[in-house]
Amino acid sequence: MALETKQVAMTGNEAVANAIKQINPDVIAAYPITPQTDIVQYYSSFVADGQVDTQMVTVESEHSAMSATIGASAAGARAMTATSSQGLALMHEMLHIASGFRLPIVMPVVNRAVSAPINIHCDHSDTMAALTTGWLQIYSENAQEAYDNVIQAMRIAEDPRVRLPVMVCYDGFITSHAVENLFLLPDETVKQFVGEYNPKHTLFDFDSPVTFGPLVLPDYFSEIKAQEADAMRAAKEVILEIAEEFAKISGRKYGYYEGYHLEDAERVIVVLSSTAGTAKEVVDELRAQGEKVGLMKPRVIRPFPAEEFVKALSGAKVVAVMDRAETFSTQGGQLFTELRAAFYEAPTKPLMRNYIFGLGGRDTTTAEIRRVFEDLKKDQERGSVDRKVTHLDVRV
Amino acid sequence: MSLKGYKDLPEGGVIPERGNSVLYKTGEWRSMKPVYYPEGCVHCLLCWAFCPEPAIKVENGRMLGIDYDHCKGCGICARECPRKEKALQMVRE
Repeated sequence: MALETKQVAMTGNEAVANAIKQINPDVIAAYPITPQTDIVQYYSSFVADGQVDTQMVTVESEHSAMSATIGASAAGARAMTATSSQGLALMHEMLHIASGFRLPIVMPVVNRAVSAPINIHCDHSDTMAALTTGWLQIYSENAQEAYDNVIQAMRIAEDPRVRLPVMVCYDGFITSHAVENLFLLPDETVKQFVGEYNPKHTLFDFDSPVTFGPLVLPDYFSEIKAQEADAMRAAKEVILEIAEEFAKISGRKYGYYEGYHLEDAERVIVVLSSTAGTAKEVVDELRAQGEKVGLMKPRVIRPFPAEEFVKALSGAKVVAVMDRAETFSTQGGQLFTELRAAFYEAPTKPLMRNYIFGLGGRDTTTAEIRRVFEDLKKDQERGSVDRKVTHLDVRV
Repeated sequence: MSLKGYKDLPEGGVIPERGNSVLYKTGEWRSMKPVYYPEGCVHCLLCWAFCPEPAIKVENGRMLGIDYDHCKGCGICARECPRKEKALQMVRE
């Protein structure tokens, strides 16, 4: 089947704004924050030019942005917003409301360091702090993936088995502002793919009116949370189903993770988002020298596909998990501790170490990735890791 | 009473039916309760006017007693009662 696509040069934010344009949500409520700003800036021009039917609500803060999005979604609208960093932090209490109400909101989050010190550049401290809010989290390596993930996220969120909000994450400036070559789907294809939104309950259903957000005391609260956990579990299969459908319209395949020379790899780097692109370059270089190295780039970490990640890494001898955010537990980054815990029942476990890297937008180049692979080689020869948690590229 | 399991409850704590607040027995949390003595009551209905809940039962302009399903035991009725202990007394549950 010949797939219809249009090749364009766009920044990540422009690509995401175009994905939202093709979804054409009923309501967007947003507040500008670097490096998310131009998603909404592009979108406001689509609204002004009459290219979309969206009601755009400009609000006074991210707390209000998420609140207005929740209100619109509870009223039965397909509602979206976008944010970064402090904006996501300010939304935090409302993030729990969105998931607790089971509202299928899709929100691009352009990853940026959380203050202090104040900084506008990329790390993952914003979304890592939102892992326990009941939102799905999908990470994107580049503009193409961010575009593709926003479109798929809409379907995942609205699936009756899921009905949970989704964050689509990509790296601030590196992906959001760099111009890349990517393929857009035709408007009509996206429209058909996302389809009509059929909410289960809405505040505008006057024939069978409902109450959102009543007090739920200890006799029922645990049950409501168990439902949410069930929905998160169900999201696992839905993510793969939607990915399969998306492959049919785009030719691009997605799963829980992307493996790069993973099959026979002995030394593996696990890293999210744009840094995976840099790591692929180094894997190519080292493979050309006969080194058995590989990469695993998780795409989905909420829900956390523990079994699949363990299986993907089951042949590895040494694994470096790279986290672009501190947890201050002193035991390593979030991805590291979760992946390590996933191996607890595994019959064979690779050696595993953690690097905290790229904080506040510190560039992580092929030189740093090469150094990580060199560490892994020494660990493999020694049969043990010399350091569990390392802050990569920090001056002493 | 056996409560519903999590798979049988509406998603997200939504209440999918109307007019159900009467089913919610807010009187269950009470620590003090007003006791009504009809012989001392002059039926001025100040208790009814001041009660923040619809917990004073009234019919044909006459005080009938307390709706303990919805009385939270705040004691405003007893405080406002001009007959004081003769008509309404607060006692520990």
